[in-house]
Amino acid sequence: MSAQTKTMPRPLAPSEEMPLNAAANKPTFAKTLGRLALYAAAITISLFFLVPIYLIFISAFSPQQAIFAYPKSILPQTLTAETMLFFWNARGVQSALLNSIIVGILTLVFSLLVGAPAGYALARFFFRGRDSYKMLILTTRAFPIVILSIPLAVNYIQWNLYDTLWGVAFAHTAMALPTTILVTSSIFIGVSRELEEAAQTLGCNRAQAFIKVALPLALPGLAAAAIFTFVLSWNETFAATILTQRNRTLPALVLSQIADVGAPLPFRYAAGFFLIAPSLLYIFFMRRYLLGMWGQVVK
Amino acid sequence: MATPQYTGDALAPPLTSPLTNKTFARRMESALPYLLLLPSMLFMLIFFAWPMVQALILSVRTPDGAWTMQYLERMVRDVNFTDALRNTFLIILIAIPLQFAFAIAMGLLIQAKLKGSALFLYFWTIPLAVSDLAAGLVWLAVFSDRGFLNSVLRTTGIMPIAFSWLSYENYGTLLMAVVIAEVWRATAIVMVIVVAGLQLIPDDYLEAAEVFGATRWQRLWHVTLPMIRPSLQVALILRTILAFQVFAVVIALAGRAMPVLASEAYNRYAELNPNGAAVYALLILTISLVTTGVYLRLLRTSEAEMGR
Amino acid sequence: MSEIRIQGVWKYFSKGKVAALKDVSLTVQDREFMVLLGPSGCGKTTLLRCIAGLEYPERGRIFIGGRDVTDEPPRKRKIAMVFQSYAVFPHLTVFENIAFGLRMQKRPNAEVKQRVNNAAGMMRIENFLERYPAQLSGGQRQRVAVARGLVMEPQVLLMDEPLSNLDALLRLQARAELKRLLQQVQTTTVYVTHDQIEALSMGDRIAVMENGAIVQVDAPTQVYDYPGSLFVGGFIGTPPMNFLRGTVKSMNGAFALNLGGQPIRAALPANVQAGQDLLMGIRAENIEASAQRSPDAVPARVLVVEPLGSHLLLTVQVGETPIKVQTRMDFNIAPDQTIYLRLEPKQVRWFDPETGVRYDASGSTELK
Repeated sequence: MSAQTKTMPRPLAPSEEMPLNAAANKPTFAKTLGRLALYAAAITISLFFLVPIYLIFISAFSPQQAIFAYPKSILPQTLTAETMLFFWNARGVQSALLNSIIVGILTLVFSLLVGAPAGYALARFFFRGRDSYKMLILTTRAFPIVILSIPLAVNYIQWNLYDTLWGVAFAHTAMALPTTILVTSSIFIGVSRELEEAAQTLGCNRAQAFIKVALPLALPGLAAAAIFTFVLSWNETFAATILTQRNRTLPALVLSQIADVGAPLPFRYAAGFFLIAPSLLYIFFMRRYLLGMWGQVVK
Repeated sequence: MATPQYTGDALAPPLTSPLTNKTFARRMESALPYLLLLPSMLFMLIFFAWPMVQALILSVRTPDGAWTMQYLERMVRDVNFTDALRNTFLIILIAIPLQFAFAIAMGLLIQAKLKGSALFLYFWTIPLAVSDLAAGLVWLAVFSDRGFLNSVLRTTGIMPIAFSWLSYENYGTLLMAVVIAEVWRATAIVMVIVVAGLQLIPDDYLEAAEVFGATRWQRLWHVTLPMIRPSLQVALILRTILAFQVFAVVIALAGRAMPVLASEAYNRYAELNPNGAAVYALLILTISLVTTGVYLRLLRTSEAEMGR
Repeated sequence: MSEIRIQGVWKYFSKGKVAALKDVSLTVQDREFMVLLGPSGCGKTTLLRCIAGLEYPERGRIFIGGRDVTDEPPRKRKIAMVFQSYAVFPHLTVFENIAFGLRMQKRPNAEVKQRVNNAAGMMRIENFLERYPAQLSGGQRQRVAVARGLVMEPQVLLMDEPLSNLDALLRLQARAELKRLLQQVQTTTVYVTHDQIEALSMGDRIAVMENGAIVQVDAPTQVYDYPGSLFVGGFIGTPPMNFLRGTVKSMNGAFALNLGGQPIRAALPANVQAGQDLLMGIRAENIEASAQRSPDAVPARVLVVEPLGSHLLLTVQVGETPIKVQTRMDFNIAPDQTIYLRLEPKQVRWFDPETGVRYDASGSTELK
């Protein structure tokens, strides 16, 4: 044993025999400085995005007289729900909120019902006209669909869709549809075609293969696409304002209060925060999908 | 043993002859993709193509059915028309380059793999889900007369007298506020596209460039940016189109102090003048299409490059 | 009785512009293991998918067990298929993956359980039944895919390069296991591969495909020893068959082939005439290399020497043509030396240089 120890080459301990290379553990001064500059930039940018949200938050949760106070402090003296409650109890807000949710859900359902089959067809089949259809879908995005709500409103009056939640949902669906088609198409491309074929060799017909295999595997992606659509509808202001009169969605109500009535500042701040709050949560929970969703939108 | 027949070069019979195998089930099968596309086609026809035709009709025909140019003339002669046109273009010309510059810088910062980059990415993407209306209201809290900007300037003694940032008399600061709100809201979407594009660049390319002696800046300029150019181009087109519809941000910050094309359309509509509104819609539509055309022409890349 | 009969099948792609299968006819006997072998793009997978019913041939008919299945969907064909990517359902456990087909047939639970356990036992994955595919290795997933097919007791088992996604060592092991298993179950099998060693080692017969057509169907040894064409000889074997072009010359009343100025006496095919060009094919292992000059031997210049462990692989130049020669490891040779090659007369094959087709051996002028 001892003889062996002598003849065997001993592994080198660090700091013995072989010194560490100079740059191995200590970054150079210049590198550290560069790194610090990057952090400083990242933090500055973060502040640019976060500070306004903080300010609308403290505005929305200040008492009404604090909103008119001047100069006001960056640190709030008292936090109260008074302003938010004022907004919440303002005429039409609660029903507008309900309308927004209904329109969002309708939009989500319509755009999946109409868009997902098209996305599936683009993902699975090579048929004559496939490229032209894809081109057409891409081209529609070069059109200001929102603006088209003006002529649409004239049609809606004839079709009895004016000032209905259905009508707003249809308009929002038209806005979301190109994106839904492209996104669902890439979701279905992500589900291997061979899986559905395997199901078919194992006794499924086409529909069964889709329901038993492709659908469950596409579900997380489809859910993400659905929520994306909901947010789009939740945020849309122009078309919702044009297409409704009494049945306002929340952004339409807030906008018309500001533009036509000149709503007071507390109402505006509370509305601003109320509209933003869901997006904070949404981005937090969806952040894993963000790159996939919005990143893909351009392809 | 017989010599096997060599059929490797057999020619296909001309396809004009009828194919032998075509049953009803197979016909259905080949119709399936079209059936799947049909609902979306119909939907877009009703809610997209038809309103477009309708916009055209409304612009040139009176409710009585007479053809007319009066709506167009009235729009051009309107006091706010040139202002709206100028304001819209100014917002686009200032905000969009800023958005792209910031977005690329932010994308590269994310790629630099700083500690906490996931948190940074979360903060920077929050505006993705914020509506233009809400963005306008957020910055209203900053820029209003008794807002936080004036408060801070007063408390710190920089500017003791409150300044009306959003007054139509201070056109420069009003424009600046709108641009800042637009940059705040819409940079995130461009950044996400940049990050998604950057993540697709294989490390090999950058490492190869480094091995061949490219500096950090050369790598950015000659490898990274050219590789994300296609997605940047699409983003540029989409952002510009959306910017022509800029509306709620302006209303929230400026009210009627700053007319833009979309708000003029809204005003005509609110004045119960759908024809006047339709002319504006048609104008925005036309500008959008022309812009897309110009972009596509300017940004046209060679066939070989597109084939990447 | 589950023979597969393919009659004059044509399959077009790209809106009829490209024919992926050109008038393919093939009969796979009941319980036969048929390998479809060919380079990528030759149509072998398309043919397999036509048998499965996943592709629809525009012309021709396909029969399984005597029944015309051309117009039937996959689920009615009593086939099972193992996919190249395995296509194991990621959202189902191993058990539910294997049970999938039985569940579709609404078999009673007890039977499903018993048959799944049997199949899993056969593939030695009985310990993973509750796992999800993501928790399995590539080799285990491949076994799940095979078990999922076998559990159906199909009339026909179709396999699309089932081993190509395994790493080299695992593939060797899986190949032997799969062969043993398929001998055990004795199902009619069509097996697609581009790996000639897989084809030679596993198949009862091999159908070699090129450009959408079957160019030779034979037992593995026949395909190897008697390639039907230049293409088959060049595709099968490592290294591929050597081909030497020469002219037939009359020599002392017998025929000989003039190879770049060097006449070789060999058994020529029947009905050749002096002055005619021929291609001679011979495999590297059927050439004996020697450092000594001898009357029959062809001189050749050594270009490259590659020691491969079990033998030496030489690249030598005969006339203008480089060919491969296999020798013992201890053969002492260096590049640029001249060696002398003796071609094993019985292993020489002749091909028509124009069509590439091999001349029929039966009428050969063997040592006239």
